[in-house]
Amino acid sequence: MATVSQPTVTYNIRKRRSALVEFCIAQPLGAISGVAILVMLFAGMFAELVAPFDPLTIDFGAMLAAPSATHPMGTDAFGRDIFSRVIYGARTALTIGFFSSLFGCTLGAVVGVSSAYFGGRIDMAVQRFIDVMLAFPIIVLALVVVAMLGRNLVGGVDVNLIVAIAIPIVPKVARVVRSAALSIREMPYIDAARAAGFSHTRIIFRHMVPNVSAPFLIMFTAFIAQAILLEASLSFLGLGVTEPTPAWGLMLSGNASDFYREAPWMILFPGLAISVAVFAFNLFGDSLRDWLDPKFKV
Amino acid sequence: MSYLRMLAAGIAAAGLAFAGTADAQTPKRGGTLTYAISAETPHYDCHASDTFATLHFASPFYSTLMQFDLSKYPGVKGDLAESWTVAPDLMTYTFKLRSNVAFHDGTPLTSADVKATYERLRAPPTGIVSTRQATFGDIDTIETPDATTITFKMKAPNPAMMEHFASPWNCVYSAAKLAADPNFPRNNIMGSGPFRFGEHVKGSHVTGTRNERYFEPGKPYLDGFRGVFMSQPAAMLNALQGGQVMAEFRGISPAERDRLVQGMGDRVRIEESGWTLNLLVVFNVEKKPFDDVRVRQALNMAIDRRAGAQGLARQATLRDVGGLVRPGSPFAIKDADLAKVPGYGTNIAAARAEARRLLQAAGASNLKFVLHNRATPQPYTPAGIYLVDQWRQIGVEVEHRQSETSPYLAAMSSGNFDVAVDFSNLFMDEPSLGLAKYVSFDRAPENRSRSIDRELDRLYDLQSRERDTTKRYDIIRQFEARMFEQVYQAPLLWWHRIIPTNKAVMGWEMSPSHNLGQNLAGVWLNQ
Repeated sequence: MATVSQPTVTYNIRKRRSALVEFCIAQPLGAISGVAILVMLFAGMFAELVAPFDPLTIDFGAMLAAPSATHPMGTDAFGRDIFSRVIYGARTALTIGFFSSLFGCTLGAVVGVSSAYFGGRIDMAVQRFIDVMLAFPIIVLALVVVAMLGRNLVGGVDVNLIVAIAIPIVPKVARVVRSAALSIREMPYIDAARAAGFSHTRIIFRHMVPNVSAPFLIMFTAFIAQAILLEASLSFLGLGVTEPTPAWGLMLSGNASDFYREAPWMILFPGLAISVAVFAFNLFGDSLRDWLDPKFKV
Repeated sequence: MSYLRMLAAGIAAAGLAFAGTADAQTPKRGGTLTYAISAETPHYDCHASDTFATLHFASPFYSTLMQFDLSKYPGVKGDLAESWTVAPDLMTYTFKLRSNVAFHDGTPLTSADVKATYERLRAPPTGIVSTRQATFGDIDTIETPDATTITFKMKAPNPAMMEHFASPWNCVYSAAKLAADPNFPRNNIMGSGPFRFGEHVKGSHVTGTRNERYFEPGKPYLDGFRGVFMSQPAAMLNALQGGQVMAEFRGISPAERDRLVQGMGDRVRIEESGWTLNLLVVFNVEKKPFDDVRVRQALNMAIDRRAGAQGLARQATLRDVGGLVRPGSPFAIKDADLAKVPGYGTNIAAARAEARRLLQAAGASNLKFVLHNRATPQPYTPAGIYLVDQWRQIGVEVEHRQSETSPYLAAMSSGNFDVAVDFSNLFMDEPSLGLAKYVSFDRAPENRSRSIDRELDRLYDLQSRERDTTKRYDIIRQFEARMFEQVYQAPLLWWHRIIPTNKAVMGWEMSPSHNLGQNLAGVWLNQ
C-alpha cells in the first residue's frame, strides 16, 4: 500500500489576544482599578458571606473598640463592626451609583442624540435648557431634587435618591453625546435611512444611539464615581440614606464628628472606601476612554 | 475620657460659681444675643404646640399669666399677674393683673385678653387645636369683673392648678385678634413680651428687638436677639466655638460637651440637670396589627432599656430608665418595682422569648413596619437606631424613616404612621401634666396613639383631685400599671440636660425643663 505523505504547511498567523488582555497590557492602571471595582462588586454582592458581623447589630460592650483581629476596622459608638458596615456600604454605594449613572447617562444620551438629530429650533431649545441645568452645581441640583421628592423605598433602595442623583448627570451627558451625534447625523447611512422612510425613532435608536456607545460607556463609568460621591455627600448632609443602613457617607456623619478624636477609625475607613471607589471608577473611565478613542491611541 | 469629664465638671462648677458672682453684678444694657435653635417651629401657636422649637422661637414675644420662678424652682411667680388669691377649697383662683401692659401694637392688655386665651386653651373653637385641653379641663367658668381682675372657677379641685397657670405654653393672645380670626396666632406674632417680632426667615433665623414698653421696669437688657436654626449639631458646635452663636438652650450630648470643653476651655459655661423630658414609643392603635395588645406588648418588652441607658448615655442626651413619671421625682415608680416590668428589667432574654410568643399568638411573627422618627439628631437618631436593633432581635423588620420637625409633627397629629418615636415634653414634675398625654385621644389630642381608654381617664381624674400624696401615689401606680398592660405608648428613656453658653451670657437660669426661662427678659451680655 502506497503511502502518500501530506506536505506540511506552516501558517504564520499571529494569535489574536482577547480584548481583555489587550486592555490590561495597554492600560495597566485601568486594569488595577478594574480589579478594585470587581473586589467592591464582589464584596457588595456577597456581603452576607464576606462580612464577619451583622452591620446593624448593636454591641455596647464593644463600643469604640480599636482595630483588632476581631474587628479589623474597629467599631463605632454603637459597637457595630466598621469592617462589616464598610462591606455592606459598598452594596449601597454601588447600587445607587450604578443605577443613578445608568439612568442619567441613558436619558442624557437619548436627549443628546435626539437634539442633534432634529437640529434647528428643537436643538436650540434643548441646548439652552441644558445650559440652564449646567449652571447649577451638581450637588445643589441634587439637594433640590432630593428635598422635593422625599423618600421612596422600593426593595430597600431609595428610588427617589437615585433619580435625584441621576438628574444632574443628564445635561452633562446630553451635551457630550450631542457633539458626537452631530457628526453621525451627517453620515450617508443616516441619509439612506431617511430616504428609505424609516421613522425618527428607528433612526435615533437603531442607527444613531449605538454609534455613540463609546462616549456613553466612558461617561457611564465616570459618572458612577460621581454618583457614589454624591450619594455619600447627601447621606452626610442627612438627605440620603438613613440610619441604620450602612452607607459610607452616613458613617462619616452623625456621632462620628463627636468621637473622631477618640476613635479616628470611625471616619478613616469609610473615608478610605469612598476615596478608593471614586478613584477606581475615575481611573477605569479614563483608561476606557484612552483605549476606545482612536485619537488617544495616536 | 475621665480627664475630659473631670475638666467638664470643673468648668461646670466654675461656671456656676462664676454665674453666681455675675448675677450679683449690675446687668448691662445693650447687645444682641445670638443663639442656636436646633429645630424650626412648624407654626407660631404656643397653644397648639408641644415642641421646644415653638417656645425657643416665640417665648420672647409673649407674656403669660404666671411663670416659674427658676431661682426657687418649682415655685411660681407672677408675670402678667401682680397678685393672686386661691380659695382654701381650691375651687376659685383670682388674679389681679398689672395695669400697665400693652400688646406690641399698642392696644392695652386686659382681663378680656387673658379670658379669651384661657377659653381657647380649655375649649378651642372648631378647627383650632389646643394640646392643653385636658390640662385645663377642670376650669368651669372664667369671669372678668373688671379690666385687671380675672377669676377662674373650677369644676373640681386641682392641686397643681397654679403650676398649670405658670405653663410657658399659655401665651396670652389679643382677644380682638382671636375674635377676628381664631387661627391668628398660628401664622402671626403679636404679644406683650419683652421683645417685638423682627423677622422670621424660614430655614435661617428669627429676630426680635427690645420692647421699649415692656411692663417690667428696666427690662429687657438686650437690644435684641437672633435665633439661628441649626439642625446639625456639628455646625452648632462649630458656631459656638467660633463665637457665631453664644448659646444653645435645648441641650447637647455628653460627647458634644466634651468636645466643646476641649475646644473652648474657659470661654464656655456648662450647666447640667435632670430633664423633664422622655422619649416614648407610640403605637397607632387605629392601624393593624397595632390594635392588638399582644403586638404592642411584644414590641415593648423586646426593648432592653437598661443596656440602652448605659450605651446611649455616652453619646446621646438620654440617660435614665423610668416609668411615666420622671425618675427621682416624688411620684416616680420605685426602681425595684419598675424592674419587674418586662422590658424595663434586667432579664431581657426572658422578655424577648415572651415577646416572640406573643407575636406568634397574634399571627404577627413576620412583622414589618415603618418607624416614624424626627430628623433631629439628638436624641432621636440614636434612639431610632437602637429601637431598630432591638426589634430585629425578635425577628421584626423595621424601616427607620426620619422627617423634619414640621412633617414629623404633621404625621403624628394626623395619625399617618404605624409606630413612632414621640416625646413627652414637660415643664415640671407634676403628674397631672405628664399623665395628660396618656388619657383618651378625644380628651387629649397630644395622645398620638389615638387610644380611647376610659379606665385611664378615670384614674387620671382621680389622681388629679387627690390631695393626699400617699393615696395619689397609689392611684398613679394604678394608672401606670394600666399603661404598661395596654402599651398604647411606652416610655423609652428619660433625658439628661446639658447646656453650653458662652461666658458672656448672663442672667439666664438653668432648670430641668428646656421650656422654661426662654423669654430672655433677664438675659444680658457681659462684654
